[in-house]
Amino acid sequence: MATAITPDHISRQLADTPKATLVDMLAKMLLGRRFEEKCAEMYALQKIGGFCHLYIGQEAVSIGALSTLRPDDAIFTSYRDHVHAIVKGCDPGRVMAELFGRRDGISKGKGGSMHLFDRTAGMFGGHAIVGGHIPLATGVAFASKYQQTDRVTLCFFGEAAVNIGAFHESLNMAALWKLPCIYIVENNRYGMGTSIERASAIYDVAARASAYDMASETVDGMDVLAVRDCISRAVERGRREHAPSLIEARCYRFMGHSMSDPVHGHYRTKEEVEEQKQQDPIRAYYGRLLAAGLVDQNVLDQLDREARDVVERAIRFAEGSPEPPADDLYADVYSMPYGPFRGSDQ
Amino acid sequence: MASRVVMPKLSDTMEEGRILRWIKKEGDPVETGQALAEVETDKATVEMEAYTSGIVRKLVAAEGQFVKVGQQIAVIGTADEDISALLPAPAAAVPVEPAPARPAAPVAAPTPRQVRAAPAGHVAAGRHLKASPLALSMAAESGVDLKGLRGTGPQGRIIKRDVDAALAADAFQAGATGSEVPQQRSRRQATAAALDASPESQDIELSPIRRTIAKRLVQSKGPIPHFYLTIDVAMDGVWATYQALRDERSPISINDIVIKATALALRQHPDINASFAGDHVTQYARVHIGMAVAIDDGLITPVLRDADLKSLDEISEESHTLADRARARTLQPSEYTGATFSISNLGMMGIEEFSAIINPPEAAILAVGAVRQVPVAVDGQVRVGYRMKATLSVDHRVADGASGARFLQTLRRYLEHPLLMA
Amino acid sequence: MPLITYRDALNQALREELRRDPNVFLMGEEVGVYQGAYKVSKGLLQEFGERRIIDTPITEEGFTGVGIGAAMVGLRPVIEMMTWNFSLLAMDQIINGAAKLLYMSGGQFRIPIVVRGPGGAAHQLAAQHSQSIESWYAHVPGLKVVAPSTPYDAKGLLKSAIRDDDPVIFFEGETLYGSKGEVPAEDYTIPIGVADIKRAGTDVTLVAWSKMVNVAMKAADQLAAEGISCEIVDPRSLRPFDDEPILASIAKTNRCVIVEEGWPSAGFGAQIAYQIQQSAFGDLDAPVTRVTGADVPMPYAKNLEQLAMPSPARVVAAVREVLYLD
Repeated sequence: MATAITPDHISRQLADTPKATLVDMLAKMLLGRRFEEKCAEMYALQKIGGFCHLYIGQEAVSIGALSTLRPDDAIFTSYRDHVHAIVKGCDPGRVMAELFGRRDGISKGKGGSMHLFDRTAGMFGGHAIVGGHIPLATGVAFASKYQQTDRVTLCFFGEAAVNIGAFHESLNMAALWKLPCIYIVENNRYGMGTSIERASAIYDVAARASAYDMASETVDGMDVLAVRDCISRAVERGRREHAPSLIEARCYRFMGHSMSDPVHGHYRTKEEVEEQKQQDPIRAYYGRLLAAGLVDQNVLDQLDREARDVVERAIRFAEGSPEPPADDLYADVYSMPYGPFRGSDQ
Repeated sequence: MASRVVMPKLSDTMEEGRILRWIKKEGDPVETGQALAEVETDKATVEMEAYTSGIVRKLVAAEGQFVKVGQQIAVIGTADEDISALLPAPAAAVPVEPAPARPAAPVAAPTPRQVRAAPAGHVAAGRHLKASPLALSMAAESGVDLKGLRGTGPQGRIIKRDVDAALAADAFQAGATGSEVPQQRSRRQATAAALDASPESQDIELSPIRRTIAKRLVQSKGPIPHFYLTIDVAMDGVWATYQALRDERSPISINDIVIKATALALRQHPDINASFAGDHVTQYARVHIGMAVAIDDGLITPVLRDADLKSLDEISEESHTLADRARARTLQPSEYTGATFSISNLGMMGIEEFSAIINPPEAAILAVGAVRQVPVAVDGQVRVGYRMKATLSVDHRVADGASGARFLQTLRRYLEHPLLMA
Repeated sequence: MPLITYRDALNQALREELRRDPNVFLMGEEVGVYQGAYKVSKGLLQEFGERRIIDTPITEEGFTGVGIGAAMVGLRPVIEMMTWNFSLLAMDQIINGAAKLLYMSGGQFRIPIVVRGPGGAAHQLAAQHSQSIESWYAHVPGLKVVAPSTPYDAKGLLKSAIRDDDPVIFFEGETLYGSKGEVPAEDYTIPIGVADIKRAGTDVTLVAWSKMVNVAMKAADQLAAEGISCEIVDPRSLRPFDDEPILASIAKTNRCVIVEEGWPSAGFGAQIAYQIQQSAFGDLDAPVTRVTGADVPMPYAKNLEQLAMPSPARVVAAVREVLYLD
């Protein structure tokens, strides 16, 4: 059942969360933003190839959600995964090196923008088939219960993914077997160029949870504290009761679906984008912290400088890393050593 | 600190963009993230953003211009710094003069294409030489010349048993068998050696008339269109020799003489010693006669190889041996394959005359009847003479009546004047 | 040595591995309470309980993905496909997930999963229940593909598959479940990627796997009566593929007939034929020949189904062809 977020929840978050955590969340949002802006530039300069999907505008969802986790919790997300990776604990330099396709990349240059993996940080990817990772996340949640831990799994995907079969199959099993998986729909209204109204028979994504008798909530995905509040309750449900949840976080992406797509044009107007940009989640959060007396302009400027520095260092690290050696072509196809296919021309 | 602005990659497949409209003009201030220009890419028209803040000092690309991704389009810097180092080098003034007449480029001799040497063990194949890889390597190892072989596989493919047969035949020829006739053997060997050195066969292209005949005849008469020519040969001379030698331990038979005569005639008429091969005719350079032998449940045709080069004694001995082996069912495949022409003789069973069916892939077969004592007319007088009918069946795709007739004329000449066979 | 069925050999393998390693679990439709659609998992729920023998909804893509996710964190799932026909629904998870996660992550996530079930035709099950699609999986780097033909091979290979750290696609044969063979009582495994000579011979090499081994055997018996001696090589694994015994056999016989149940176009036998002509070109006296399923969806009518399947008679004819007899 969808629960409305009232300012009471926000003020409680402000009161109950340590100041350092609150400021750290702002810092992470800035880091995520500056990192993605730099990716746009790097892609335009052809340092990043292939597909590049930017998270600009949606920072509140991942920073808010991930702020509730323990290091041993697991996250899965789609191909729009740069910020999730960094906030979960992946080194920004190694993420940038992966985007550049270099040997020191987080997936050794073998995955690219859409396949960021870091086992030690609990970052389980980075997946390119829409909805394809939802059963995988459900499987990790299954293993948590099998192994008798209270680890939870967060599974992020867009609102267009809720129409694929794997979504339905996974939620049914999670509810049936009581698996500690939290399914977070980052509803930015558009699946590439198709609005949710043109793709889904039901506009209210969270309402789908009733088909599985699963707990659900709708939350303002542009408000990081609201997200944090909502997800922390879902995480608690997962740890204590092994109950899954479906969370719909309504947000907006300021860039195109990917670097190949225009910011606006055929499927959404420039005016709509400009209007949404007025509700920048970082500016909104800064405003709340400022009003609560927890930060000021100097702190903001300092945090922004630090964010830019981290990004610049990441670029330098990535530039300095060499391409993967030719031998890596056949590495990690299997867990045993492998080489060219017998009888092929290589 | 001034910096260059380059055409950005705005889609994963973009290679160049067109500046549709400069949103900021020279002298305008711009901040990071603000729209700088409208750019048309391969997928859409997008606004490109500035990555640095400052004053737009110089627009290097004009509206409407196509610019490759990565090439400079502007300079952004502070209002008054020197940006000359960041401007692209001016294009050298192109003198306006008529383009010089292009000198005729010498036609270079084309470098000869590197011909890859045939891998060891693979005979440089003639146009239609088909052999299994195994046959090729066996031939290469043993020195057998594949061009001399007829393949018994599908579409005439030379396969292992054909190479085996050739090896066995060579071994047969090299080995001693029964009565030796040294002079003839050396003559034969020399001729055989000479033959081995020359092409095994010659391919004759089908003429348009021949092509039409082939097609029409197949439609009307099944796979091989047969026609038949019969001669009645005066066998008096042959009969006399036959009678004289009858008491020998292993007498020469009429059939042996017919084989010899036929072989010599084939030597003179290569168009009958041939095979139809689809779109051409293959003429054989050697003469291998298959002689039909009746056995318990059928018929088998052991082969007398190079019959034209063998003496009558050799032919007689070999034909006896082969016939015995045929009836005992101990013939090797190499001994019953590879014929270029066949003879079927039902004379000993009293048949006067018959038509035989050609053994594919040969082009002809001779059906020989009994030697008959009959009244004949000679110089207006009736005498008793010995006559034998022989009917030639011919594959009409390979030869016409006239060719068959000419062959039979030669055959008759040998049989009616046996001395010519020496 | 005990004589047991192929089904029981698989059951023993599962039971022994479930006992040996607490991370192993079995998941699939009807594997628990129903005792297994083909009784392969009979008695396992009683011994190991619901935590380790898990009945699923009809959710091939979903539960295959759940298995892969569990494998990512170190469990060793055995996912049962009631038949391999239903795996088409799970192919995205198997091919985009199981086969590629290790590679895309730069070596971070091993996927020690086994997906097993019966493949190929049985008796008049019609078009959607009769497919032999092992070649589709053999195409994919990152997967291992196994297809045992005897109880001995089935038990040894399933144990190896479960212990293997990479995803193994395990094809059983529905009509093989009742076949009997000698299986040692003691623990043994058969390495993946090693072929087996099922019958020694001198005149022709037959290559066959899974149910087709019996077809080849029957053909070999008929041919033996005519004095033709067939050597039968069973690859047992399609990926990795062991071609050495096949090439050694062809060096002896100079000719090869491949018997496969799947459709002719791009079937796995075409791959074997390619490798043979690549490596044993000079040993071949005849082109490599395949006897395959007919290029049709499987019909229901009994006579048509028989026409659509490889038979001993067709294998005999193919052998005679490569020996250039008649």
